[in-house]
Amino acid sequence: MGTTTVEASNLGKRFKGTAALDGFDLTAEAGTVLGLLGPNGAGKTTTVRILTTLLGFDTGRAAVAGFDVARDARQVRRRIGLTGQQTAVDDLLTARQNLVLFGKLFRLTKTRAGERADELLAQFGLADAAHRQTKGFSGGMKRRLDLAASMILAPQVLFLDEPTTGLDPAGRREVWDAVEGLAADGTTVVLTTHYLDEADRLCDRIAVIDHGRNLIDDTPAGLKRRMGADRLEIVAADPSDLPVLQQIVEAVADGETALDEGASSVSAPVSDPVAALTAAATALQDKRLTVADIGLRRPTLDEAFLELIAKEDQ
Amino acid sequence: MTATLAPLPDETFISRLKWTLHDYRAIVGQEFTHLVRQPANFAWGLGFPIVMVLLFVYVFGSAMDVTGEGAGVDYVAYAMPGMFAMTIAFGFTSTAWAVAEAKEKGFIDRVRSMPMASSAVVVGRNIADTMHAAVDLVVLVLIALAIGWRSGGTLTETLGAFAILLWLRFALIWVGVWTGLLVKSVEQAGNLFAIAFPFGMVSSVFTPPELMPGWLGVIAAWNPVSATATAIRDLFGNPSAVGDSWPEQHALLAAIVWPVVITAIFLPLAVRKFQNLGR
Ligand SMILES: Nc1ncnc2c1ncn2[C@@H]1O[C@H](COP(=O)(O)OP(=O)(O)O)[C@@H](O)[C@H]1O
Ligand SMILES: [Mg+2]
Repeated sequence: MGTTTVEASNLGKRFKGTAALDGFDLTAEAGTVLGLLGPNGAGKTTTVRILTTLLGFDTGRAAVAGFDVARDARQVRRRIGLTGQQTAVDDLLTARQNLVLFGKLFRLTKTRAGERADELLAQFGLADAAHRQTKGFSGGMKRRLDLAASMILAPQVLFLDEPTTGLDPAGRREVWDAVEGLAADGTTVVLTTHYLDEADRLCDRIAVIDHGRNLIDDTPAGLKRRMGADRLEIVAADPSDLPVLQQIVEAVADGETALDEGASSVSAPVSDPVAALTAAATALQDKRLTVADIGLRRPTLDEAFLELIAKEDQ
Repeated sequence: MTATLAPLPDETFISRLKWTLHDYRAIVGQEFTHLVRQPANFAWGLGFPIVMVLLFVYVFGSAMDVTGEGAGVDYVAYAMPGMFAMTIAFGFTSTAWAVAEAKEKGFIDRVRSMPMASSAVVVGRNIADTMHAAVDLVVLVLIALAIGWRSGGTLTETLGAFAILLWLRFALIWVGVWTGLLVKSVEQAGNLFAIAFPFGMVSSVFTPPELMPGWLGVIAAWNPVSATATAIRDLFGNPSAVGDSWPEQHALLAAIVWPVVITAIFLPLAVRKFQNLGR
C-alpha cells in the first residue's frame, strides 16, 4: 500500500483541433479504486485509452504499474486489464470459449487457459451459462463475462470504462459486486462513470473531469459535502401569500432563501430537514395558511453534480 | 482469488516468434468456430453469385454469343469460371465487414491492450478468409457441375486454376482489411457492396469485354478480375473469347501479377492504418 500504480501528469490530447485532454493529472494508489467521473465528452475514454496504451498523446507523461505507457507499452500490457466502453466479447463463441480464447491470447497454455476460464466463470456466477453462446446473454451477464476476460491474468491495474452504462439495476449490482471483490483482493481499479452513486459506492477517491481538465479530486464523502444540503420548499396556493411564506422559510433556513415568482414557490437549504419541515408546518397552521405544497427536496445526485460542474467551470 | 499469473516471458526473438504463431493459431481457431457457427454467412455470401448465375445463364445467356458460334452456345462453360472469379472478388467485402465489426465492438481494442502480437488479428483474418473462400469455391463448383460445367484441363491445370482464384482472394483481403479499418461503422462496411458491384461486373465475368462499348471494354479488359477469369478459363479449357489487349493476351501472367500489385499497395496501407489506430 501507499505506492502509486497509476501516475499521469499534464496529459494533453487533441483530435483535429478539439482538445480531448488539456493538462490532465491522475494518480491512483495501489489497491484502491479510483473513479473518473464526468459528463459525456469530458475525456474519460480518452484517458483510459491512453493509460491502456491504445492511444498516443501529445503532452505529458503517464506510467502504469511502474512502466511508462509510451515507452514500455508491452510491459504495461502484461499488467493491466481493460474492459472498454463496449462489451468486447465474441457473440458467436460460448462464455467458456471466450475466456479460453483470451487466456490463450494472454499466453497461457491451453490447459491453464481452460482452468482459469472455469475459475472465472464460477467467480462471476456464469458457471451455468458456460457452454451457451453469449449472443443470448443479458447485458449484465455479458458485462460480467467482459470483466472476467479482463481479469484472466489477475492484473495489477484494471481499467473499466463505464462498466454499468446501459445495465438494469440488477446488472449494475452484479458488476459492482465483482469490482468490490477485486478491489478487496488488492487490484487497483480505475473506473469511469457518469453516475455519482456508482462512484460513491465503489471508489476510494473520485477525480471529476470536464473538458479534459481536473475539476475536483476528493473522497466520495468530501464530494458529497460539496454537493449542498436538502431544501425546504413551499408552493403557495395564492401568490399574495408569498411574502409571509418567505418569512416562514427564512426562520428555519440555513442559507439563502430563493423566491421563484413563476412557480409561486419559496425554498431554502436546511441543515436539519425534519425539524425544519415540522417548524414550518406548525407556523403555517398558526397563521391558518393553506398552501399548494410543502416538502423537502433533495437535489438528485446527478443534478447536484451538474451544478457543481457548472460552478467549478466558471 | 488466485495469485497473479505471470504471463510467460517472451523476450528472445525465437520465443517471440513462437508466441506470435501461437497467437495466430488462437485467432484462426476463433475464426474457424465462426465459420462453423454461422452457416448462414455462407448462404448470404453464396446467394448472390448463385442468383447472378441463374440470371445470366438462363435469362440473358440464351442471347449471348460469346464464342462466335451462335447465341447461347457454350455460355455455361464461359460463365461458370466468371462466377468463380466474381465470388472471389466480392469476398473482400466480407473481410471488410468482419474487420469493421471487430473494430466497432471493441474487440480490436481489447486485443491491442493485451500482451499479444496485434498482427494476429489481421493475419488470422487473412487465413480464416482464405479458408472461407476455399469452402465457397467447393460449393460453387458443385453447383457448376450440376448445371453442366466441366473442366477440360488436366488435374494440375484445374488445381492451378483454383490456386489462381485463391491468390486473387489473398490479395483482396488486404483491400478488405484496409477498407474495414477505414469505414466508420459496420453499416458503412455493408455499403461497400455498392463499390464492389461495378468492380466485379465491369469485367469479363459474364460478358466478353469486346462486346462492350470501347472505353468500358478497355476498363473491363484491364480489370484484375478479368485477368483471373480469363486465366482460369484457359486452364479449365473453357472458351475465353479474348480480345487483343495485353492483359487478355497474357491472362495467366496478369492473373499472377495483379494480386502482387494489389498486395504491394494495400498491405502497407492496411498495416499503416492498423498502427495508426493509436493516433
Ligand atoms: N477519435 C476521435 N476523433 C475525434 N474526436 C474524438 C475522438 N475520440 C474522442 N473525441 C472527442 O474528445 C472528447 C472526449 O471524448 P471521450 O474521451 O470519449 O469522452 P467521455 O468518454 O468522457 O465521454 C469529445 O469531445 C470527443 O468528441
Ligand atoms: Mg466514454
